[in-house]
Amino acid sequence: MRQIIAVFKKEFSITFASPIFYAAAFIFLAVSGYFFWSNVAIYGYRSLQAARNPFLSQGLNMSDMVVKPFFGDLSIILLLMLPLITMRMYSEEKRAGTIELLFTYPLSDSAALAGKFLASLVTLLAMLAGTIPCLIILEIFGTLEWGVVICGYLGIVLLGASFISLGIFTSSLTENQIVAAVLSFGALLLLWLLGWAKAVTGPPLGNILAHISIINHLDSFVRGLIDTRDLVFYILFIFFWLFLTLRFLNSRYWRG
Amino acid sequence: MGELTMIVAENLTKYYGLKPAVQEVSFHVGQGEIVGFLGPNGAGKTTILRMLTCFMQPTSGKIRIDGLDTRTRSLEVRKRIGFLPETVPLYDDLSVHKFLSFSGSVKGLGGAELKKEIEKAIDICGLREHRKRLIKHLSKGLKQRVGLAQALLNDPQLLILDEPTTGLDPAQIVDVRKLIKGLGGERTILLSTHILPEVSQVCERVIIIHRGRIKKEDRPENLARELQKGLRTVISVDGAQEDEITRKLMSLTGVSEVRSLDKKGEFIVESGPDEGIRPLIARTIVESGWNLREMRSGEMSLEEVFVQLVTEEEGDYES
Repeated sequence: MRQIIAVFKKEFSITFASPIFYAAAFIFLAVSGYFFWSNVAIYGYRSLQAARNPFLSQGLNMSDMVVKPFFGDLSIILLLMLPLITMRMYSEEKRAGTIELLFTYPLSDSAALAGKFLASLVTLLAMLAGTIPCLIILEIFGTLEWGVVICGYLGIVLLGASFISLGIFTSSLTENQIVAAVLSFGALLLLWLLGWAKAVTGPPLGNILAHISIINHLDSFVRGLIDTRDLVFYILFIFFWLFLTLRFLNSRYWRG
Repeated sequence: MGELTMIVAENLTKYYGLKPAVQEVSFHVGQGEIVGFLGPNGAGKTTILRMLTCFMQPTSGKIRIDGLDTRTRSLEVRKRIGFLPETVPLYDDLSVHKFLSFSGSVKGLGGAELKKEIEKAIDICGLREHRKRLIKHLSKGLKQRVGLAQALLNDPQLLILDEPTTGLDPAQIVDVRKLIKGLGGERTILLSTHILPEVSQVCERVIIIHRGRIKKEDRPENLARELQKGLRTVISVDGAQEDEITRKLMSLTGVSEVRSLDKKGEFIVESGPDEGIRPLIARTIVESGWNLREMRSGEMSLEEVFVQLVTEEEGDYES
């Protein structure tokens, strides 16, 4: 435990000392702020129309029109930004040679990995915390269903943690940070888009693909529903990539 | 060798792909010994050290450190080792103190004990006024000391230092060597180097490695003596022509070669192993009416031993 905390602290200090984090966090907040503003603007415009024409007011509520799309937007920006946060984790250690320290300290691979994963997770939480003011603004000018909001954040954190675990895995494969980021971005995009193939392929394969698609499982959370199937999907996804990372790190013992 | 053995390596072989880096290397290191691995760049020193520190596993062969197998009890072995890798990798974005605190915690220290160990390492390595600085702003010599400090944390029984003095300026080299010597005692130290004077100054035993195999293993002074086939005497004489002195000395029985050095009146006399030749040379010179200004034994330096070993091997290799 002490070791996990030590690795966590180290990764955390390095992340917060790096310009990459500030660039990624800045862009994340700027773009999510813009999306939020445009959602609110559209909602405002529709509300104005509905005031003149009551028929349009059907389905006009803040959860569906602002909060739900907002979480969808967040997930897209995270897809772009999180690979930049995780790409450093193992590749930089390999490039700088510090991996030699990490592998010769009395530190198990799993403790090091846990520290790295937790540090990335806290980085994600810090970035997400920056989006909370948007929702507070909504609460001031309207009434917010906080249950839905919290559920949505839970979904986003699980999705982000999934991105992180795959990102750490690709980072363990190479000593080049850019390659690590490109690999994880590509893999995540592919997993994201898999669901679309449902329209083309027949039902059995299409259903399987839709289930594998990483974004489909966010829907229930954003609607304010904690579905065990989706929860389990994300948790398995996270542990699957963490497990692969450990196996890959372990391969150093038998590869030439 | 000490009574207790710290490292036992048996038939270590390591292949990188199809290329053998280390072949059939076996050695023992006793507790408290300071042993140096000596070899040209690319001889396999780093590979051997990396196998000892559990960074790599040998393709075949076995290592036991303090009685523990590196393959099956890696974590326990690593607890006993302080390692300074060749490139001195450090986390650039951390301060010296933060980095040492990370290393110490990972090595299992905590609380007051951690603080004490860090302070001790900082004092030994002379890093007190640099503790708050970021590692990326330190000079090469200071980085080397930070590397040494992290290796010392938690008082490991075995220190493994891979080329601890490369890239330092001469004053720093002297410093680091002194530091290493001071660390000995009950601690076992294994270091690698391609600098010859270093081993003779610091180590009690030298293992010479060439092309991934152990060529020779002995105390530094024995190595020099053993390889020297006869006696070598350096004399400084004046009072006659160079040719005349050479001719006269060559006529003595036992003298095999007389070489004149460029410096005025200095000669190197190579002779058979009989010690009696030296008084004979002195008498001859004095009886000839020349002045004998200086006379000393010219020992073969480790450099020469090394070159001789390596060239012998090269000969074997070609034939």
